[in-house]
Amino acid sequence: MRVHPRLEQRLVKVVLWSMTAITVFVLLFIVAYILRRGLPVLSLSFLTENPHEMGRTGGIFSTIVGTLALTAMALAVATPLGVGTAIFLNEYTWESRLTRIIRFGADCLAGIPSIIFGLFGFILFVIKLGFGWSILSGGLTLAFMILPTIIRTSEEALRSVPRSYREVSMSLGSTKWQMVTRVVLPSALPGIVTGVILSVGRSIGETAAVIFTAGSALRLPTSIFSSSRTMSVHFYILAREGISMPNAYGTAAVLVLSILLVNIVTYRLMHRFIRKYS
Amino acid sequence: MTGIRVRDLSHFFGPVRVLKDINLEVEKNEILGVIGPAGSGKSTFLRSLNRLNELVQGSRTEGVIEIDGRDITRPGTSLVELRRRLGMVFAVPVPLPRSIYENLAFGPRLAGARGKEKLDALVRNCLEQTALWTEVKDRLNQSALKLSGGQQQRLCVARVLALKPDYILLDEPTSGLDPVSTMKIEDSLRSLKNDYTIVLVTNNTKQAARVSDRTAFFLAGELVEVGPTERMFTAPSDRRTEDYISGRFG
Repeated sequence: MRVHPRLEQRLVKVVLWSMTAITVFVLLFIVAYILRRGLPVLSLSFLTENPHEMGRTGGIFSTIVGTLALTAMALAVATPLGVGTAIFLNEYTWESRLTRIIRFGADCLAGIPSIIFGLFGFILFVIKLGFGWSILSGGLTLAFMILPTIIRTSEEALRSVPRSYREVSMSLGSTKWQMVTRVVLPSALPGIVTGVILSVGRSIGETAAVIFTAGSALRLPTSIFSSSRTMSVHFYILAREGISMPNAYGTAAVLVLSILLVNIVTYRLMHRFIRKYS
Repeated sequence: MTGIRVRDLSHFFGPVRVLKDINLEVEKNEILGVIGPAGSGKSTFLRSLNRLNELVQGSRTEGVIEIDGRDITRPGTSLVELRRRLGMVFAVPVPLPRSIYENLAFGPRLAGARGKEKLDALVRNCLEQTALWTEVKDRLNQSALKLSGGQQQRLCVARVLALKPDYILLDEPTSGLDPVSTMKIEDSLRSLKNDYTIVLVTNNTKQAARVSDRTAFFLAGELVEVGPTERMFTAPSDRRTEDYISGRFG
């Protein structure tokens, strides 16, 4: 059967439009649902008090601190490693079998379920290296988990910098490292930061890998060797063990809002940066 | 006096031989025009002078390139110093994504130039030499990307001058410009000849006729003929040169 081109055009438009609508609807529905159930619980004391009675009462302050500490730890390790690897692959070696293998490896690593990372982190950091359930173990595990994302997005960002910029920089008497730091990285920064933001989102939201490696202590962590509970783990335990659904949704609301905040702030900064450099 | 002496220069990209046994000399304070159809190896020739070809994977050079008596193809050559002495202007103007001022100060800063007054004076001087100063003096801190195409290319010439090079290599510098901008660039080149030695690769034979002292004709990776521009354009000794110049191919 042949469809008239004009009808086809109209059908395609409707189909594509509905696909977009469904996507947006699902997204908004989830966010709205969480906020509607979570927002009533939110208050200043919910954010600033430590949990009491396993989280049945009190706030979520220590889990906020735990989340921040773990994410910061993961980023502090993964960002230099990932960006460094990307710079090496893109600027300091020619394309070869080895670089293709490294890239393939990174892609495979990105597809591994997070619970496997959790198990790996548990065996290596918690048991073998003796870090115990701690922010250190959890942060390192998260770092390995987000590493592939940072490598690949950074590489894409570096690759999108025009080759002519490199030629100009070198022709003006720069060393390769000067070219990388003064010309390539500033131009690639928006893309690199995008990758890092994605990773922040993943770290904040990660539960399986964290529960195995950072534990679920409710105390306020005092050092990187303290066990700590993140917001997502807290939410999981509150909901799973039926401790307090209102507080679970309150935690979820804070999670959603903080990820939103991270995105908004970084995009703002990014725009300011881009305006300065172009 | 001879500035650049090229002997038996061949260049390869992977298995492909792009330049074949080039022998050529560039005199001090002359403009050498290099003409030839696309793919004749003239850009590769230019880029082998400051060893910029090496940014491409699988690039290999044979032969000798002496610049002021020193063979720069040898392993120990400082590429940073070499590229400062042989400034290069590309076919497409490529201002770096920063301000006009910072574009000009880029090279000197890499070379360790400090001090605002010294840099200010240098920037002004270079912009004046390319007749850009009066056009941009009130917006030095604006992005260089906002300039017109012709202004961008003159900025690129000025940026090269800021390196205080001995040689200027130009790779089809006016290929994307309008006639008026082209004229301005050519005017700058004529006046720069007093202080610099210039190699001008161009796919516009008339441009070579207008500005160069001597002209070299490249074809399929070989140097067909080189000689005083007037003679090249009136009585070339090779048939292929005559065919190309008279527009029978290319």
